Amino acid sequence: MDYVHLRRQAASLRKGLFDQGYLDEQFYQLEDLQDDASPNFVEEVVTLFFRDSTRLMANIDQALDKCVKDFNKLDVYMQQLKGSCTSIGASRMKTECTAFRECCRDENIEGSHSLSILNLCMRSFQKIKREHSVLRQKLESYFQLLRQAGPVECATRPNK
Amino acid sequence: MASYTGSKSTGREGSSQELHVLAVDDSLVDRKVITSLLRKSKYRVTAVDSGKRALELLDTEPNVNMIITDYSMPEMTGYELLKKVKESSELCQIPVVIMSSENVPTRINRCLEEGAEDFLLKPVQLSDVSRLCNRVLR
Repeated sequence: MDYVHLRRQAASLRKGLFDQGYLDEQFYQLEDLQDDASPNFVEEVVTLFFRDSTRLMANIDQALDKCVKDFNKLDVYMQQLKGSCTSIGASRMKTECTAFRECCRDENIEGSHSLSILNLCMRSFQKIKREHSVLRQKLESYFQLLRQAGPVECATRPNK
Repeated sequence: MASYTGSKSTGREGSSQELHVLAVDDSLVDRKVITSLLRKSKYRVTAVDSGKRALELLDTEPNVNMIITDYSMPEMTGYELLKKVKESSELCQIPVVIMSSENVPTRINRCLEEGAEDFLLKPVQLSDVSRLCNRVLR
């Protein structure tokens, strides 16, 4: 197996994640925490993130499906999701979470339009789901390449 | 609010390898990250997912040298945990640090006035932990 080629592919995929804004500098922090004592730390954190975010998103989906107009509750869920996104550097997801929360806050200003706000929230949430799905796919591919390439150091950090 | 009284004394004795930090965060991801940050700084770490569990542990664990807690948690916020710790004759000497993903000045001031050692904005960096532990646990 051409391990050099696999490593180059992994490095390229990783670079793309940063260049296209899927990940931000917080991901470097996770990489810095990976060492001999925790050789799979980054993948473990990312796995936890997707498990946790899937659960949170299911809660939000359920609330939106029931046309729950408790925007405070939706905001709490979204705050948790945004927090997790921030912790792993999931930049695009974080941006969409912020947009969703702005929708929730709009309701507090104009309560009589809660149905239209709910629709806005639903649309915003669709964007979050898309970003979540794309990020998951890309990171799964990245870690798969890393596993195939063997236990080596992470690709060097690109110049900022 | 009733005062919480732990049953064990706590202290700051021991070398840096023995210093024990209690991390409190309801987020699975953040618990893993903060644990790693603290272990990288050579501290022993216990991570729990709620203020209630933190108080239970403080009741049984004799040596906790610092508590680092998230602010926004269900049932008991980090602020409420801070208050309970500071109201306890057994626990009030333990430094408490609050973490939050939201930069809300009134929140920060309230925590500092209640006796928090510091207030860190998430995502917490390794440099934050190093600086904090050097200052608080020296």
